[in-house]
Amino acid sequence: MCGIAGIIYRDGAKHPIGVEMTRMLQSMKHRGPDSTGYALYGAPPQGEFVMRFKLADANTPRDFEFEDRLRRHRYEVESRLAALGARVHVVEEETPYAFRVGFDFDGGLKLLTDLVEDIPEAEVLSLGRSLEIVKDLGDAETVHRQYGLDDFTGTHAIGHVRMATESEVDIAGAHPYWAYPYSDVAVVHNGQLTNYFYWRRRLERAGRRFMSECDSEIIAVYLAEEMDKGSSLSDAMHRSLEELDGVFTYIAVTKDELGVAKDELAAKPLVLYESDELVALASEEIAIRQLVDHEIETYDPYEREVLVWQR
Amino acid sequence: MAAVGETRITYDARGLAEPIADAPRIATVDGGVARFDAKDLTTRTINLELRRLLYEEGVKEVVVDNPQSRHSLAVGILRRCRITFNGSLGYFGCGIVDGPEIHIKGRVGWSACENMMSGVVVVDSNAGSLTGAAMRGGDLVVKGRVGARTGIDQKGGTIIVCGDAGSMNGFMMQRGRQIILGDVGPGLGDSMYDGTIYVGGKVKSLGIDCVPGEWTEADTEFIERKFRIYGLGSPPALQKFVCGKVLYNYDSLEPAERKLVI
Repeated sequence: MCGIAGIIYRDGAKHPIGVEMTRMLQSMKHRGPDSTGYALYGAPPQGEFVMRFKLADANTPRDFEFEDRLRRHRYEVESRLAALGARVHVVEEETPYAFRVGFDFDGGLKLLTDLVEDIPEAEVLSLGRSLEIVKDLGDAETVHRQYGLDDFTGTHAIGHVRMATESEVDIAGAHPYWAYPYSDVAVVHNGQLTNYFYWRRRLERAGRRFMSECDSEIIAVYLAEEMDKGSSLSDAMHRSLEELDGVFTYIAVTKDELGVAKDELAAKPLVLYESDELVALASEEIAIRQLVDHEIETYDPYEREVLVWQR
Repeated sequence: MAAVGETRITYDARGLAEPIADAPRIATVDGGVARFDAKDLTTRTINLELRRLLYEEGVKEVVVDNPQSRHSLAVGILRRCRITFNGSLGYFGCGIVDGPEIHIKGRVGWSACENMMSGVVVVDSNAGSLTGAAMRGGDLVVKGRVGARTGIDQKGGTIIVCGDAGSMNGFMMQRGRQIILGDVGPGLGDSMYDGTIYVGGKVKSLGIDCVPGEWTEADTEFIERKFRIYGLGSPPALQKFVCGKVLYNYDSLEPAERKLVI
């Protein structure tokens, strides 16, 4: 089933999107209580890169060497970043296994990501100048508390509550997905893709990496591939309607755009609210009403619609 | 010890079940009209209060303020009564109702009036997909636009949509009528068995076995009557679509039956 939500402010100023997205996602908990994820866009103060990575999954067996291994791997990440010439400002430990690192870097992001992910069990959840992906098991309030999202301000955000149907309940299988190796691109998805293996094989041959067996990861990787060829987000999303099979409603975001696409059956719900101040969209209107205190005019986009907004 | 007929929640690891509650008894009754504010109530307590008023107190008219897009409100109301929602409803609103006249001053989400048996539901704004799914009787009037698959599996009654409609409207409908004044998406009336769909705007494409029908006096009378009842002005020019019945194979016999006949 899954629930998705997105919010983008038109003024480009910072708003408390961490708190707002939690309220939206918590109201849709019944759509997916397994895991919750956020892709939040808040520009860091110095225009530096922010990387979120994890060194173990939330439900990895905690064996005797677990803590020791985390310590060694974290040290390994930091030394590899330093060896590449990245100037690390801050490494924050969000949970014992999930970290946030801010750094300046001039080189290629693909190489950097590959070197970090070469460390056993390491996964880069997001990388960009404003994108930060936070995802973990449990409902929105649990993840919000765990990762301290109270003070997170930004311009736009997407979120996802997951009811796992096709792959495991772990952080690797949770949304949103980062479009490796593109900075600041992320996707959430509600639905099933039926030509998953076709696209997975095809994209793997093209050198893309997959960190989970979740069909939704295809969308992020597919969009990254299209944008690599020079397409805009909107063009890539239009093409995805032709090339991805199945039922889906997905939201894709870049550092200044938020777009939504629906399949040709309009099989998965989406409610859209547009005002002068913001655009909010979610699987259920009840989530949008968490942001807006008065009666609102909303509608469901039709089949094969692609809509993109700028901040 | 649970009383007979009471269901207790014994296992709820994910914290999704709504706790068992009693009707909040907050409605004020004035001149036979009951009114309550649903702002601080849950789905369950709103429905309990509604049922208490209609079934126990015998009130004939209820006004609910601030429904706040909650799901599954006013489901299974089997009385003749009048209910007004001052605001939008979420999914599954007014399902399986038999008798009431419901006015929703806002929007409804997916699957509104599912399996409606009789009565009238008027929605002032837009509706989601699957509106009036498996509807059996009564009138459903949506003043705004609707999503996809409106009146899927419709078995009776009338659905009137003043705005546009999405894809696959009247999919597998078996009886009843739909009047859509705006444009409709692809696959209109796909695999319909019977019934009639009237369209005022453009039709993107017809579904399998849905064909234009012949306009009769009865159609004019029906449309004018419905427009008069709901104050929709004078009806525009409409196209009529019915089932082509080429998919019908009721007359063909099963292999075993064929042997008997021969």
